Amino acid sequence: MPHLFLFLTILAYALSLISYLRFLYAGKSHAGRLGTVFLGLGLVAHYFALLERSRGLHTVPYHDLYGSLSLFGWLLALTYLGLEFYHRQRSVGAFVLPFILLFFLAAHLAGAGSDRLPPTQAHGVVFALHVTLSILAYAAFALSCVLSSIFLLENRLLRNRHLGDIVWRLPALDLLERMSQSSVLIGLVSIAVGTVLGFVWVDRLTGQYWYYDPKYAVTLLVLLLYVVYFQLSRTSNWRGARASRLNIFNFAVVILSFTVVNLYLSHSHRYF
Amino acid sequence: MEIVLVGLNHRTAPLDVRERVSFTLEQARRAADELRSRGLLEESLVLSTCNRSELYGVPPEASHECGPELSSFLSEFHSVRPDVLNGLLYQHYDRSAVRHLFRVSAGLDSLLLGEAEILGQVREAYRFAHEQGATGPVLNRLFQGALETGKRVRSETELGTRPMSVAAAGVKLAERIFGKLADRTALVLGAGNVSEQVVSTLRDRGVAHLFVMNRSRDHAEALARQFGGRVLDWGNWETALLAPDVVVSSISAEEPVLLRTVLEQAMAARSNRALFLMDLGVPRNVELAAADLYNLYIYNIDDLSEIVEQNRHARESEVPRAEAIVDEHVGKFLSWQASVELVGLVEALRSRIREERAAFIRARLDGMNHLAQADRERMETLMDELLEKLLVEPAERLRGEKELRRKIQNVEALRDLFLRHREKP
Repeated sequence: MPHLFLFLTILAYALSLISYLRFLYAGKSHAGRLGTVFLGLGLVAHYFALLERSRGLHTVPYHDLYGSLSLFGWLLALTYLGLEFYHRQRSVGAFVLPFILLFFLAAHLAGAGSDRLPPTQAHGVVFALHVTLSILAYAAFALSCVLSSIFLLENRLLRNRHLGDIVWRLPALDLLERMSQSSVLIGLVSIAVGTVLGFVWVDRLTGQYWYYDPKYAVTLLVLLLYVVYFQLSRTSNWRGARASRLNIFNFAVVILSFTVVNLYLSHSHRYF
Repeated sequence: MEIVLVGLNHRTAPLDVRERVSFTLEQARRAADELRSRGLLEESLVLSTCNRSELYGVPPEASHECGPELSSFLSEFHSVRPDVLNGLLYQHYDRSAVRHLFRVSAGLDSLLLGEAEILGQVREAYRFAHEQGATGPVLNRLFQGALETGKRVRSETELGTRPMSVAAAGVKLAERIFGKLADRTALVLGAGNVSEQVVSTLRDRGVAHLFVMNRSRDHAEALARQFGGRVLDWGNWETALLAPDVVVSSISAEEPVLLRTVLEQAMAARSNRALFLMDLGVPRNVELAAADLYNLYIYNIDDLSEIVEQNRHARESEVPRAEAIVDEHVGKFLSWQASVELVGLVEALRSRIREERAAFIRARLDGMNHLAQADRERMETLMDELLEKLLVEPAERLRGEKELRRKIQNVEALRDLFLRHREKP
């Protein structure tokens, strides 16, 4: 049964999405709880799907683009679940699950593992932590971008006094801000530790702390931008729509780092 | 007939009549005592709110419609002439009484559709009657069912979720922005009736600090005293607008009081911290041009009324789902009631057969002298066994099979068939 976990993961995430949507539109609290349960089951199945795939290809999940995407989806789900428990708020699930599902589908259905890193380079615990923490950071940034987008949407509806049904279901603006800040904090810690580990690993591999890669500059820029966001978003002058716009801009830079920089500029960071 | 209900509500009776037949707790206790001592009701419960006075009961004898007697009891108890209540009281029996109570408890019979207070009032009335020993197995089960129905309607439908008054809508909106209002500050401008409603709602939602500002300081002080707030001097906008997260304004003035320049300065002084402004004044108290200031949310009375109107539609569209839940619980209760009655009926049948068996066998065996004593005893035992077998099996099935109990709706007919002219078991 080679595709069992694949199938189970898709099923669990899809059911979770449906439940969260029901919770959002019909306001049924048991549907929200069901969404959380299915997401938890999805995480477990996704873990085994990742494991199975890695075993099949005799490699770690982040060895190719698809694996990285799948791991990204898994960490996004994990971060979201953590935030959901911490802030006791389920109405964001309906906005996050489509992304998780999309990343998983893109990774596992579209892809073979033909385009891989040369295996000799990527070994060891330090490297694994470097990659995992970096992907976790990007997942957390993505999540905070989703939260800021919801903030802007809800803020616009409230400011224009066009409420509709949806406003009563979304979390309060204040909570969305705090969730977004928590998410960015997770991202900041992960990316800081992940980057340091990256340098340690490069040092071990090549014997030198630094050799220039444009990815470093972009990563430091990302780190800086999110520190700025984290600080500003807690001052009253920036609280609200301004901070949320800055957060979305920051994530645009992350996407830039993922696409243009990885594909055309960097020589050691292809997939993350 | 097992359950009877006599009462009136906001739909059938005007306020002055409702006032005259309402019950205090003491009166409810006395009424229950009198009803029992007069032999009118075995179990009784009074549900009295500002919109309804209802008397629920279980009469001692079946098949006896005691509604008219209870109606005269009500007029006598409250010293109201019977003709005053004529046509204002409704009487319901059994299924219809159960359904009425479950709809009341769900908020479907309320003046304000889906309001939440009624469930608490039903709970309180039941707790009181139960403590006084006025209820029995039937009313206990009935009111537990009513509370369960109310809770389910509230958790599974949106009948009661949306705010239905301008004050409640405004406060709910503030919660959309700030989340819980527990550590927030509110400022009330003007001390009229509308302000009072909003302040009361804000206090219910746990607002931490409350400031009141009014042209007449006396009124401001009265309102502040009532709700535990502090009075600020009129006109000192810069200080007044520095602390609050929510401002409720209902000043009667020809021109806007909160001009854009005032608010602009205030927002700058508070470093643009979000401010929710509920402008309930007519004409408006806040200058329209202020609407584009950063982090300022302004809602006027029309905006809030529109939200209330939308919510009323949303609530009405939930009625069918609430009614379905009510029907389900009415069915459940009636099936429970039928099962209790059926099991009672079978028990009564068994005791009747046991009573009559001895005389019956003796009469039939009288002429059979050829039988030995041992054979007679043996025949008696055999007959006992047969009767037991015939009766035990249906009794067991009635206990075990819900569907069967549902099918046998008319227990009275069965009782008439097997136990005619005999007392209710």
